[in-house]
Amino acid sequence: MSRVLAADTMPIRSEGDIVGVRQLVRQHGAAAELSLVEQTKLVTAASELARNTLLHGGGGKVEVESVEEDRRRTIRLSFIDSGPGIEDVELALTDGYTTAGGLGLGLGGTRRLAGEFEIDSVPGEGTTVTVRFHTRVRG
Amino acid sequence: MNALPLLRIGDVLLVSIQTELHDELALRFQRELAEKVADEHIRGVIIDISALEIVDSFLGRVLHDIAATTSVLAARTVVVGMRPAVAITLVELGLSLHGLRTALNVEAGLRQLGIRRLDVSGEAR
Ligand SMILES: Nc1ncnc2c1ncn2[C@@H]1O[C@H](COP(=O)(O)OP(=O)(O)OP(=O)(O)O)[C@@H](O)[C@H]1O
Ligand SMILES: [Mg+2]
Repeated sequence: MSRVLAADTMPIRSEGDIVGVRQLVRQHGAAAELSLVEQTKLVTAASELARNTLLHGGGGKVEVESVEEDRRRTIRLSFIDSGPGIEDVELALTDGYTTAGGLGLGLGGTRRLAGEFEIDSVPGEGTTVTVRFHTRVRG
Repeated sequence: MNALPLLRIGDVLLVSIQTELHDELALRFQRELAEKVADEHIRGVIIDISALEIVDSFLGRVLHDIAATTSVLAARTVVVGMRPAVAITLVELGLSLHGLRTALNVEAGLRQLGIRRLDVSGEAR
């Protein structure tokens, strides 16, 4: 049995929204009693992906959901845009690969930070990046 | 208007980042700091990030660029107070922050800049 504890959606249209996403995600992490390190990884991953949604995806939204199942909690973040999409996902995940003069660390680094990581991208249609962070099994 | 308050102690600039920075604000901070270092013959910069709960790749790069820029301007930058969880996350993210000087706190940062103590008038020794 799984139970949704909280679900939120937030638009990502400006740099201010990146800060807003960090705050929203931080609230979910605190409510799930993530460890300090996990919480820091969660918020950092959210910041990276929100910036990608804004800069590469032309804006979009994030869905944040906290779910309880089998005595553990999972926080799912989905970053959704209808931008240009990613032609070669493996290449985009390579550390140092960037089409925008960045460091090219956002996607590869986020994959390392998150417990689970998925990219669903269709060129010309858009990109959804989903990450999941799990709390330790309790009791 | 200043992006962030800069406190001058002798020829050292001390700045404490207290709030979450928007990307644009971080870039403005970088520019203003470089101008101040050049105009006022600053020898050292201490950036206190102990209040920051996260540093992502964008801000990490800004800190790195500040250090590189001030070094060209003959000043040294020390980033102090990084939380352990932030350090762990940055390493996993893959940000090496090569060449960035760090210290545990402001006092240790001042020592790295070769300043032993500050007297009440604010003169660096
Ligand atoms: N939502 C997206 N839509 C379209 N392309 C994307 C999206 N997210 C990432 N990409 C592509 O993948 C590349 C790598 O992304 P990544 O976040 O790793 O690096 P970056 O954003 O270029 O730089 P950094 O995040 O280090 O500042 C981007 O340069 C871009 O080409
Ligand atoms: Mg990125």
